[in-house]
Amino acid sequence: MIFLRRQLPLLITFVAGVVFAAQYYVPHPTSELMLTEVTKWLQIISGFALVLGVTSLFHIHAVKIRRKEPGWAYSLILYGGILGTIAAGFSYSFTAGQWVNGKETINGIVTAFGWIYSDMMVPLQGTMFAILAFFIASAAYRSFRARSREAALLLIAAIIVMMGRVPLGEMLLPVSGDVTQWILNVLNAAVRRAILIGISLGAVALSLKIIFGMERAYLGGGKE
Amino acid sequence: MLRPLAVLVCLCLFPLTAPEAGAQQAFAPPQNLRVIDTPSDSGEGLTVLWARAGYDAPEVRYQIMLGDGAEKKMVAEFPADSHYVRDSRWPWWTRVDRPDAHQFNLKSGKGLELKNGTPYAVAVAVVKGAERVEAAPVQAVPAPNWVNWNQMNNLLLVLLFGAVVFGSIRAAKRREIFLRRIPGLDAVDEAIGRATELGKPILYLTGAGDMSEPSTIAAAVILGRVAKRVAAYETDLLVPHRDPIVMAVCQEITKQSYLEAGKPDVFREDSNFFITTDQFSYTAAVDGIMLRRKPAANFFMGSYFAEALLLTETGASTGAIQIAGTDSDHQLPFFVTTCDYTLIGEELYAASAYLSREPIQLGTLRGQDFGKAFILVVLALGTLLATVGVLFATDLPMIVLDLFKDLK
Repeated sequence: MIFLRRQLPLLITFVAGVVFAAQYYVPHPTSELMLTEVTKWLQIISGFALVLGVTSLFHIHAVKIRRKEPGWAYSLILYGGILGTIAAGFSYSFTAGQWVNGKETINGIVTAFGWIYSDMMVPLQGTMFAILAFFIASAAYRSFRARSREAALLLIAAIIVMMGRVPLGEMLLPVSGDVTQWILNVLNAAVRRAILIGISLGAVALSLKIIFGMERAYLGGGKE
Repeated sequence: MLRPLAVLVCLCLFPLTAPEAGAQQAFAPPQNLRVIDTPSDSGEGLTVLWARAGYDAPEVRYQIMLGDGAEKKMVAEFPADSHYVRDSRWPWWTRVDRPDAHQFNLKSGKGLELKNGTPYAVAVAVVKGAERVEAAPVQAVPAPNWVNWNQMNNLLLVLLFGAVVFGSIRAAKRREIFLRRIPGLDAVDEAIGRATELGKPILYLTGAGDMSEPSTIAAAVILGRVAKRVAAYETDLLVPHRDPIVMAVCQEITKQSYLEAGKPDVFREDSNFFITTDQFSYTAAVDGIMLRRKPAANFFMGSYFAEALLLTETGASTGAIQIAGTDSDHQLPFFVTTCDYTLIGEELYAASAYLSREPIQLGTLRGQDFGKAFILVVLALGTLLATVGVLFATDLPMIVLDLFKDLK
């Protein structure tokens, strides 16, 4: 059992890690083909894993409804939403005269499934995204209150960049455009690159540890 | 093996502004025409090389003629003072001719199709006004290669870095390594303690990535350490997921942590649960959990996109202590402004070492520090060499600079 639970996954990780690290240095079409094939496998596995996820989702909300936990009505709405969308995807469109079969439109006619997606899902997503503008404003207000030297510096930099990014700002303060570019291209880019170098080294070190079996926590902890 | 050495010698002997070779040369066909299979490529490519001529000037044009039978057609035309070996992206150890020779790469693409294993005749013509002379065609066969020698510097540095990391791990096993304080990680215990005192749950997010992303793996590893402490305090843990595979892995990690903490009975299978793969639906659901369950501590580890601020600002409004750790540099400002503590970039990868204090983890950190010191030295040296190269118009610095080219 230990072989199946620990050693076999470690062996697979080592072989796959070495092979795919080497693949980067092999330009031959066979190597590209191998990568494409494995990417397809990954997609298939992800498809199966989605069943796991949906099972978890159904289970959690079924328990909530059964126990009448606070907010259980939302779980009921979730069930209705999932089952309703599935039903709409498999339904028969009388207007188009054929089965919907997961299509959003048939001969230019919007199906019920397409309506759920375009008129419910997309506007809801847009709404969530739009809220971001207000959240940015409130987060900016809290952080830009010049309570410390760093916050004051942040405030000044933000004002300059904002001025340099809008035509009106650049008209009022012509130098703001050039200063903005300098802040973004020199200060900002330098710091971002420094962070990226650190991240890359961290990622390479973590990958090496995983490939050589030194980091095993992702298998479920344990030190055996 | 001798070719890279010869090219290296050429780099040393022929500076950027080499004296006009054959300045008095008459208008003659291109000399020393060579056509070879493009090295280090995936096939369907040929490289054409010929000597620099005295008549090379913007008004003179070279034409590349290609044919697989009797007929040849023109596939490229360019000014004669362009397309030198030194202009190519190839590093010095894969260059196949002197830096001042001409080089043109033919590759299957728009309007050109080269088949592996098929012989092609390539000729180079030179046009000046109404005059046109053409070199005798040369045959070559494109073929795919098994090794990309252009990337060997990358491999060399990865091996070097790997050796430093493993060396540091060995050293860490022998003696203690100092680790600077990371306030965000010191606050983990505080956050868990606070949640226990208030009797509220802890919310832990592993980010938007899947298990193929190092940041997600790091987030999952940190979850293991956090879950162990959460188990010891018997506090509720909520881990909503966007990826079912990450959920399955995290379930195992959490289970193991509870076992190691000696509290398997407290473990709840549904502490890790899947919500949806959709970005904003997931965000709305997690925001809902934050507002309804009011967790005392929120952890945001892994990679994030536009949802970062929506999540952290909602968390901040509930008064939870918030600790973030991400390698998504574009989201860092949002985390810094809305969270109490933020692990910036590599600190996410250091978190596991900091929390566990295991020699393997600490040694890796030390290895990373050596790597950063090495990069700092290279940056300073590279800047100096590149400046010298421009000031003295010489290719010599490229011998060193090429070693650090395209290190993706």
